[in-house]
Amino acid sequence: MAASPQHGDHLPRASWENLRRRAELLSRVREFFHRRGFLEVETPLLSADTVVDRHLDPFSVSAGGGREPRQLWLQTSPEFCMKRLLAAGATAIYQVTRAFRQGEQGPLHNPEFTMVEWYRTGDTMAEGMQLLSELGEWLLGRGPAQCLSYGEAFQHYVGLDPHTAATAALVEGASLLGVAAPASLATEDRDGWLDLLLAERVQPQLGSPRPVILYDYPASQAALAQVRPGPPPVAERFELYVSGMELANGYHELVDPAVLRQRNAWNNACRQADGKPPLPEESRLLAAMEAGLPSATGVALGFDRVVMLAVGAPRLEEVIAFPFDRA
Amino acid sequence: MASYNTSEFRKGLKVQLDGDPYLMIECNFVKPGKGQALYKCKLRNLLRGTVLDRTYKSGDSIEAADIEEIQAQFLYRQQDQFVFMDNSTYEQYELSKDQVDEAWKYLKEGMVCSMMLFNGSPISVAPPNHVVLKVEYCEPGVRGNTATNVTKPCKVETGAEFPCPAFVEVGDLIKIDSRTGEYIERVKE
Repeated sequence: MAASPQHGDHLPRASWENLRRRAELLSRVREFFHRRGFLEVETPLLSADTVVDRHLDPFSVSAGGGREPRQLWLQTSPEFCMKRLLAAGATAIYQVTRAFRQGEQGPLHNPEFTMVEWYRTGDTMAEGMQLLSELGEWLLGRGPAQCLSYGEAFQHYVGLDPHTAATAALVEGASLLGVAAPASLATEDRDGWLDLLLAERVQPQLGSPRPVILYDYPASQAALAQVRPGPPPVAERFELYVSGMELANGYHELVDPAVLRQRNAWNNACRQADGKPPLPEESRLLAAMEAGLPSATGVALGFDRVVMLAVGAPRLEEVIAFPFDRA
Repeated sequence: MASYNTSEFRKGLKVQLDGDPYLMIECNFVKPGKGQALYKCKLRNLLRGTVLDRTYKSGDSIEAADIEEIQAQFLYRQQDQFVFMDNSTYEQYELSKDQVDEAWKYLKEGMVCSMMLFNGSPISVAPPNHVVLKVEYCEPGVRGNTATNVTKPCKVETGAEFPCPAFVEVGDLIKIDSRTGEYIERVKE
């Protein structure tokens, strides 16, 4: 490539070498899924529906000048539309697309990022984890993933059972481990304390030298995953960690629309308590679930982070042509 | 005074914690995929120079600090007080030896410096990056000794000493980098 002038944010942030490696990895992703008989699909980035999550803030887009403007949402992931395809008969689908999350910017975050997401009907959580491990190995060459339950990881690195310990014990545990907590973190916010301990004491230990898949999350953090009764009840949710970095999140998918409605209502109540605007609880995904969603396991992978690890970049922006500040 | 909320946090933000002014020198956004966001920050106390680590969560806010940076001219030194004047407002400011800190080495009468005010009171002052000072005393250099890296201490008009090349003589005007104390070059009048 020809040399270019050094400075100015009209120029890309990522080096040409990183962009070349990125393109190679994209090609390898497609090869992986093509060989396994997955259909590549494309679903809308802009939708009338959005996920209702306490901690995710979608970008809203105002559409339709003249008549009543409609509020649409940029997707935080292609989940809703891809599940509608499963309800319509798809069995193995994947997509490479952009996801958008307001307010998420930092060394490992860009508000607009690339997600590789896939679903296969009939897969159990274990089969989904196996597929994720194979993709990770194919892209990063660090060997198959070691599987560790959330409970085991917590017991090992924090010394507490995250499913049964009292919230007060989590708070005390954080203090004993010297974890700096935000002053405003409420002592009753169990998930907040679990997240803090995971981020500060568990996550940094995971995924070196070999990748780790954490599975069986606390039931309160199920999002759109099935909950297995137990006791204790656990969410059939799993995440891939490499070198302390979270790369992917997967679910043995929730199929019961009544449960999703309950979770949406609960999440909106939490949003309200946090001073955030509520999000629409109804969606075409719920209609698809009413019609019947087949049993499936699906995963969402942060592609930019995979590239970061592959090239050894310290910050996400170094593998993105035009990160948010110069978009 | 206004406050900043976590979505506005960034390096360079000037905030107030427990009544003291702080500069945010680092702020890292950390967020598990489905969990709450944390903002892990390093803040430098602008009065004491100490650094502290604080973790915030989404939606938290910090009071903004009333910090102003002005250009002020150094007028004179009276024992341990250094007097400056803002040329646009004619307001005078007195700083103690502690507040002036290392800057005393470079202050010549008439020099225009950057001054930081917190709630209208001066907390620190910085001379320009490069300062020209007259050498008042140094040992004579040995003629011909230009090939080696030998330096000798040279005392300048402010009373401070800087290591300079051996060829520097009394009466020379030398340019010093005020950020590092390094000799840059000799200058003509």
